[in-house]
Amino acid sequence: MNTPLRRVAIAVMLMIVALLMNATYVQVIKADDYRTDPRNSRVLLDEYSRQRGQISAGGTVLANSVATEDRYKYLRTYPNTPEAYSPVTGFYSMQYGSNGLERAEDSVLNGSDSHLFGSRLVDMVSGRDPRGGNVLTTIDPAMQQVAYDELTSKGYTGSVVAIEPSTGKILTMVSTPSYDPNQLSGHDGARGTQAWEALSADPRQPMLNRAVSQTYPPGSTFKVVVTAAALANNIATPEDQFTAAPNITLPGTSTPLENYNGSNCGSGQTASLYEAFRLSCNTAFAELGVKVGAARLKDQAANFGIGEHRSIPIPVAESTVGPISDNAALSQSSIGQRDVALTPLDNAVIAATVANGGVRMQPYLIDQLQGPDLSELSKTKPVSLGQAFNAQVASSLTNLMVASEGNTPGGKSSRYQIASKTGTAEHGSDPRNTPPHAWYIAFAPAQNPKIAIAVIVENGGDRALGATGGKVAAPVARAVLDAGLRGG
Amino acid sequence: MSAPAPPSAGAFPSPPGGFAPAPPPSTRRNAELLLLAGATVITTASLFLVEASQEQSVTWDIAKYGLAFLALFGIAHLAVRRFAPFADPLLLPIVALLNGLGLVLIHRLDLADEQNAAYNSWPVPSPDANQQILWTALGMIVFIGLLIVLRDYRTLARYGYTLGLVGLIALALPAVLPSRFSEINGSKNWIKITGFSIQPAEFAKILLIIFFASVLVAKRDLFTAAGRHLLGMEFPRARDLGPIVVVWIVCVGVLVFEKDLGTSLLIFSTVLVMLYIATERVGWLIIGGALLSLGFFFAYQTFGHVKIRTQTWLHPFDDYNNTGYQISQSLFGLATGGLAGTGLGSGRPNQVPFAKTDFIITTIGEELGLIGLTAVLVLFLVLIVRGLRTALAVRDSFGKLLAAGLAFTVAIQLFVVVGGVTKLIPLTGLTTPFMSYGGSSLLANYALLALLIKVSDAARAPAPVRKSAPAAPIADATTELLRKPDAGRPEAGPAT
Repeated sequence: MNTPLRRVAIAVMLMIVALLMNATYVQVIKADDYRTDPRNSRVLLDEYSRQRGQISAGGTVLANSVATEDRYKYLRTYPNTPEAYSPVTGFYSMQYGSNGLERAEDSVLNGSDSHLFGSRLVDMVSGRDPRGGNVLTTIDPAMQQVAYDELTSKGYTGSVVAIEPSTGKILTMVSTPSYDPNQLSGHDGARGTQAWEALSADPRQPMLNRAVSQTYPPGSTFKVVVTAAALANNIATPEDQFTAAPNITLPGTSTPLENYNGSNCGSGQTASLYEAFRLSCNTAFAELGVKVGAARLKDQAANFGIGEHRSIPIPVAESTVGPISDNAALSQSSIGQRDVALTPLDNAVIAATVANGGVRMQPYLIDQLQGPDLSELSKTKPVSLGQAFNAQVASSLTNLMVASEGNTPGGKSSRYQIASKTGTAEHGSDPRNTPPHAWYIAFAPAQNPKIAIAVIVENGGDRALGATGGKVAAPVARAVLDAGLRGG
Repeated sequence: MSAPAPPSAGAFPSPPGGFAPAPPPSTRRNAELLLLAGATVITTASLFLVEASQEQSVTWDIAKYGLAFLALFGIAHLAVRRFAPFADPLLLPIVALLNGLGLVLIHRLDLADEQNAAYNSWPVPSPDANQQILWTALGMIVFIGLLIVLRDYRTLARYGYTLGLVGLIALALPAVLPSRFSEINGSKNWIKITGFSIQPAEFAKILLIIFFASVLVAKRDLFTAAGRHLLGMEFPRARDLGPIVVVWIVCVGVLVFEKDLGTSLLIFSTVLVMLYIATERVGWLIIGGALLSLGFFFAYQTFGHVKIRTQTWLHPFDDYNNTGYQISQSLFGLATGGLAGTGLGSGRPNQVPFAKTDFIITTIGEELGLIGLTAVLVLFLVLIVRGLRTALAVRDSFGKLLAAGLAFTVAIQLFVVVGGVTKLIPLTGLTTPFMSYGGSSLLANYALLALLIKVSDAARAPAPVRKSAPAAPIADATTELLRKPDAGRPEAGPAT
């Protein structure tokens, strides 16, 4: 019986060897696939137990992780006016994932980014848990706070985006109504679910980041783009005359298009482009738009970055000028209606491009990334996205916008000169009886621009049907500009 | 494989090197004690690591647990010293270490369950580790009791048929009982009596091994009767196939009525290997293999659960949220552990369902990594090989078959479990001997260990004073008389 016994012993050894080979395959060779499988909750749970890096803005901590006593060692908290900063930070939830910078810069914050390889190694050798790196944003806390307070104190639904024209740094990014991401980052699953469901069901959509995720008809603020196209292509000069009629019929249709309040553009039969821009006359711009032509208008819009796919690194919804199929559509598009739709961020980029002499800078939200030991990992360098138009055109546009500011309520009281354009955008299925969106894009000081800004207040804010960009949105923007320019 | 070498004259000659050397002068009991102490140290250290990484308060209680563990196995050691003084000194310490590790892991999973309950505001579950300690103590009693009661394991051969019948009834009982007395988590292989449930298959496997060992010894000629030659192998005659077919039918019955793929596979392969060892005929393996394939094919075609298990094994992620969930979680756990593991108490083994029972190997793989899993498998391998060595060394056929059957059944169980959770073979839902949570499994495996130690004691005992007449049992009568001389060939030299 011993020969078969020995063979059985060999067979048993082979069985164990087979098990070991297979275990090696699972635990070493195929391990990475399994480990990073989205359905593997372990990696995620480990992440929650790690010290995640900070998100900060000019010395203000927007998000950090505090040690707790429960099974997840760290709690993600948003210590300073979280509602004001939630469009920037986003939320970080165990149940619902994350968004905003929490998602976009996740690999740095959770310490797995390749930039952090060195510090991971040090942590491993010294036996510390790996820590995450920090994200320093370009946000100016004073402006952000003022923008948020301005919108919320009046109960506005809307958004403010401010950009430094010379670099593309995003100084302000506010969206209201907002939410407190602390509600979602807690370790109590039941409370997180409750908060999430309440926020999701809220008809005011507090979790929507209106600055980058929502597009709106830009209304008269789009006249900046039409004017830029006309001037850059030498189709018109500020002195050229256009119709001053209070209303016209769109070419090839019976649809009327009228000036705001049905008023005449100035006092004559015709009005110069300068006057039409200053008074924001729709009929003149419809005429100018047709003169410019759909192709050139689309080109100019593209030069302003409309329709570009971008991330700051938070993904941004794509703005569009629409198909512009005929002259009627072109007329309506020229006054920022029809299918034209911009995110507040893109509208701020338009103001910033004019402010920067026609050079469009890429907007960005992250100033630098730091390691857990506060060493600098990378600093964002401003990137130019090309010349949208020459400095000559920029200077003409600035003059027009200064004039427009002079015609806007409350437009002459500043310590510094603002160049701006208002917009009152009709929308909805019954535009005549739906309160319009109030827009205001601007930059200041006009001759040495430090800040470009776009403000939208949905549905006229507190002014209902009588709302205009000048009455509703402009005061918000001026308050933010004041906050930003107080230092210089 | 060449044909087995014909045994040369005489009983079982020792090959060069010798498998049964002259018994050592010492009984090696002190080595066993030292190894037990080592097992205690490792177990206690593991417990300490779990407590430290789970941020439990690390107190002297850990040392108390360690001492209690040592005391428990110390008593077992004393029993071995007294009732099986010549037994292999490795068997008990290896089992102690496996059992200790299992306890630590179950405790670690208890902690995870407690946290989970606290997090979800559920009532705190009663810790299973305490229950398992109780089962271990009971297992010890069974172990010591068997050592004392069983003066000589050869007496078991006399009760072979009775034990076999009891085993068969135990095996079949859950199938005939109504589901409410026999079904837990979809497998109908339990017997539930008020407040307490056993898995009779765990005990049945041992009883059936005893039965087969005795039958094979008593009726050896039945199985070695010359049949036809084919490809240089001797096959039994068709009319001698009866017994193996009966076993096959029983195993298929277990598979069909109890949905217990694992046990059915376990019993059939153990019987087959015992048959092969007893007869030295590869032909039996071929026939058994054919029957096994046939059985599987038939079951796959006919029974949904076998088909589902096979499909799940082939494509575990296809039905992730349903049938594939367990194996997927197991693979995630093993992969997350990787080479070195997350460290004891630092992984998330409770993500895998049934982590304390069927998937305890996954817990090892996750927290101790491939290195830890390898260590555990090697411990098992040493245990099994020492069991097979016992079979080689012992002088009577019954002892040989018994030890071989017991050792091999541990091997096949380990293979089926570990292979199942690592996706080498389809999942079958057996327990890992000595490690998984469960009373039936522990008690049965301690009984198994007791028998193995008994046989080992007999194998390593100094040779009795030689009597003038050979007093070998009839079963040990030499077999060469039954051999057909190879026609036209001179005596071949030994091929081994």
